[in-house]
Amino acid sequence: MEVVQSHRKSSSNNVTVSTLPLYRSAPPLEVRLEDFELFAMDRLRVLKGISDGLGRGKKPEEMEKLVADLWKANMRHPQANEEANKDIISHFVLRLVYCRTEELRKWFLSMETTLFRYRFRFESSEAQRALMSEFKLPYKAVSNAEFESVKDKLGQVARSMGQTLASADAIFYKVPFEEVPELVAGRRVFICKGHAYVAMNQVVSLVVTQFRSYLSKALILTNRKWTSTVREQEKDRLAPIVEALCTSYLGPDYSQPNEAGEISVKDIDHIAKTSFPLCMRHLFEKVREDHHLKHGGRMQLGLFLKGVGLKLDDALAFWKAEFAPKVSAERFDKEYAYNIRHNYGREGKRTDYTPYSCQKIISSTPGVGDHHGCPYRHFSEENLRAALVRMGVSSRAVEDVVDKVRNRHYQLACTLTFEAVHGSSCDAGINHPNQYFIDSQRILQSKGLCLHTEYCVIWDTFEYSLQLTQSLQWMSLYVPIWFHSLAEFDIKGTGAAGSVFTDTTDGGGSLNPMLIQ
Amino acid sequence: MTKEEAENGRDDMAIDGAEQANAVPDGFDANYLRIYYGKLFPHADMFKWMSYGNDGKHPACDRSYFGRREFSFTLENDIYIRFQSFNSVIELENSIKEKCPFKIDIGPVYSVDPAKRHAYAGDNVFTPVERELVFDIDITDYDDVRYCCTGADVCLECWPLMTIAIKVIDAALRDDFGFNHILWVYSGRRGVHCWVCDGKARRLTNEQRTAIADYFRVYKGNENSHKKISLPGPVLHPFLARSYTEVLKGFFEAKLLPNQSLLSSEDRYEKILEMIPDASVASELRGRWQENKRASMSKDDINLVRWDQLKSVLQSGKQKTQGIRRCVEEIVFSFTYPRLDMEVSKHMNHLLKAPFCVHPKTGRVCVPIDPNNCDEFDPTTVPTLSQLVEELNREGLRQDAENEWDRTSLGESIKFFRTTFLQPLLKSCKEDIESSYNAKLQQSKNTLSCRTQSNHLCPNVYSHLFNPVINAVEDQN
Repeated sequence: MEVVQSHRKSSSNNVTVSTLPLYRSAPPLEVRLEDFELFAMDRLRVLKGISDGLGRGKKPEEMEKLVADLWKANMRHPQANEEANKDIISHFVLRLVYCRTEELRKWFLSMETTLFRYRFRFESSEAQRALMSEFKLPYKAVSNAEFESVKDKLGQVARSMGQTLASADAIFYKVPFEEVPELVAGRRVFICKGHAYVAMNQVVSLVVTQFRSYLSKALILTNRKWTSTVREQEKDRLAPIVEALCTSYLGPDYSQPNEAGEISVKDIDHIAKTSFPLCMRHLFEKVREDHHLKHGGRMQLGLFLKGVGLKLDDALAFWKAEFAPKVSAERFDKEYAYNIRHNYGREGKRTDYTPYSCQKIISSTPGVGDHHGCPYRHFSEENLRAALVRMGVSSRAVEDVVDKVRNRHYQLACTLTFEAVHGSSCDAGINHPNQYFIDSQRILQSKGLCLHTEYCVIWDTFEYSLQLTQSLQWMSLYVPIWFHSLAEFDIKGTGAAGSVFTDTTDGGGSLNPMLIQ
Repeated sequence: MTKEEAENGRDDMAIDGAEQANAVPDGFDANYLRIYYGKLFPHADMFKWMSYGNDGKHPACDRSYFGRREFSFTLENDIYIRFQSFNSVIELENSIKEKCPFKIDIGPVYSVDPAKRHAYAGDNVFTPVERELVFDIDITDYDDVRYCCTGADVCLECWPLMTIAIKVIDAALRDDFGFNHILWVYSGRRGVHCWVCDGKARRLTNEQRTAIADYFRVYKGNENSHKKISLPGPVLHPFLARSYTEVLKGFFEAKLLPNQSLLSSEDRYEKILEMIPDASVASELRGRWQENKRASMSKDDINLVRWDQLKSVLQSGKQKTQGIRRCVEEIVFSFTYPRLDMEVSKHMNHLLKAPFCVHPKTGRVCVPIDPNNCDEFDPTTVPTLSQLVEELNREGLRQDAENEWDRTSLGESIKFFRTTFLQPLLKSCKEDIESSYNAKLQQSKNTLSCRTQSNHLCPNVYSHLFNPVINAVEDQN
């Protein structure tokens, strides 16, 4: 494979062809502490908007518009270089915030990659080519002779996607299939003997893959540096901001249910009827009916119940009893108990798994014999209608829900179901099955029908922590921050601000990078 | 003499009591397994395979390679031990003979010896670095389209579904992805496994493996959705089109349709009619078939007749919508297209049963399947443990303990394994090791000669050669 000619790169250094940063290294900039947080919150609004859009199953054209709107609304600045700075600074701040756990990293990686993808698509093809060379992508343009020999197949692939093959002089690139996993997965390229033939307009995928893999590694490095050195030193200044930024936007992850908010096995039947979202009702009904669930279903329902407050011992008793007609107690202990304990963080690497959010559930792929996933997405219309009627949804509301499903707005469909069942509106929309449960219990409690009042406490705590975050915006200590490459932060203190160096200073005020090895 | 021996005309020196011992009762037995591991299991071949050429004398061989591979054993009483590793063929063989595992699984090659994993702390230090690309196809995933058996049973009527799967996947792995060293293995009861062993395949990341698995995935439903295959677009991707015309269509029409009587009775043809998105078309066909329940107009199989009717209705020029025309292919795909277990292929650390294990429930050996002759493969005649032990007994005592498998039904499988898979693989590995070694040698020679030159010439050139990292950093900035 040829590496792209270097002359292109030098010309792009002279002329600013593209405004899209790659976030390879942070430029040396001074940032006010206020801006530190404000920029990050603006960018977070963009990322959260993207997350919502993806969760609602928006099509690529809709996402393109959404990204453009979000960026315009939150990240614009009258001066172009200020805008670029905000872009870069906000990205690096959010790296700090989202590097800290695997789940946060996954979310951030996913949103930033999506953001990058759509911004890349807006760029001119000149700019796109320049960016490709930045990534040093080993691609090779297909010669005319070779193009002729595979033209039929290329045309077939294009038509299979509802497109037409571009004119005879269309540019195709030949790359090892490993470089374009997204295109391979979607069968959007012709592959022959290990080579994928990528159209110019698919080049986005190549670039995005590179961006993603780079950012993924960078996040892990950032995490190491944060936990090993920076967090301790910044515990009074940056650390509280960083920690608050995260929780205020992702919402509670329901991994630590309030101690008092327990449920016992005998309660499950009742709350399943009143407060479970459809996905969990379905799984629960199936367990009752079949006395079995496949792995995907056990995970989805099991973690949900954990979030609802089912303790490990009760969970083991529940599953054991449900499976009893098909699985002997011995076999249960051998084959299933381990996994349940694993879910509660008592085995293996002791990860305390968090219940799945709607986004995760919607994007799962149930196969033969599975019952997990989002029923709004996977049920046939007939089955969905029947299920909704069983939940007590009026026929008028069923039509509305079905309409949402046809437009692939699965979470909105669930929200409408919630509203129909409880007779009250849900403005925030449903993003998480445990949220559905808590909201449901809250409403029932206010009507005197709830089992435990403690669920409302969880909700209040969340709202309280949101207020706490906003008060941090009033911290206006002026401290210049120097960013060094990758994830290192060189922080220059102004004496009384109290920043700490590991190295010697050579007289007041000059910068000494922290040597983080 | 027993009847058997009389038929064979054997003139054994066996006395009466010992004759009974020659007849071996059926079933899986731990003692037979011990004999199997003692005389038949190809320890050395497995070692050679898993070493991928690193057991040679070449200076570039990685001596630690085999020792970093994880094996796991399932012992009697379902005791399961993971992270077993061995540094030589002798260690491997002795451990298997001693522990006599009911099942042996093979995991990935890790960055460090799995037995020492606790010595390393932190993320990404103990991590898989190589692992074959594997696939697992299980016939129970086809339960909704086969009527002859369910669950763990398999017969010659439904086994061809596996054959079809092998053909489709094998062709794609070779023609589309360019892989060469592919081993298909019978799983011992109801399915097949595939091991892709090219270097490129072993070094694939989880993301790339997922992409390949997704490339192969077509089936996306479960019992809650009616249509489980959706083939949008005016034409099919070349891979799907080729699979359809070369394998699936023929098999469906000639074999599956008549053998499983897919259209002969109402509840069966309803399942197919459900897949037609246009209710009026479906009811037109339904009407015709309900009329013809008793009378059959021709001698031809009723399934074939009705299928022809279905095709002509769906593919007639009258049908406007794309979805209707495509329905025929969707039906064929939903019955015949391979259904892979995605989770097996996606992760490097997934453990998969080793070839030549014996399945504890059937006693059958997990023998390789020739993808070029997979039509001939018959799961009901695969050698069983008791059969092999009996064959060994029949041969009597011999002086040489080498290659005892050659005197049994297992011999054919082991020879096939060696000639068609192992030898070409090892040859290719050896070539790879040598060529990458030579490349490195060449590279350092170049650097060396430049250095000697530059000492006399320009010191700046010198620094560029020895500090390429700095160069890259400067370029980036």
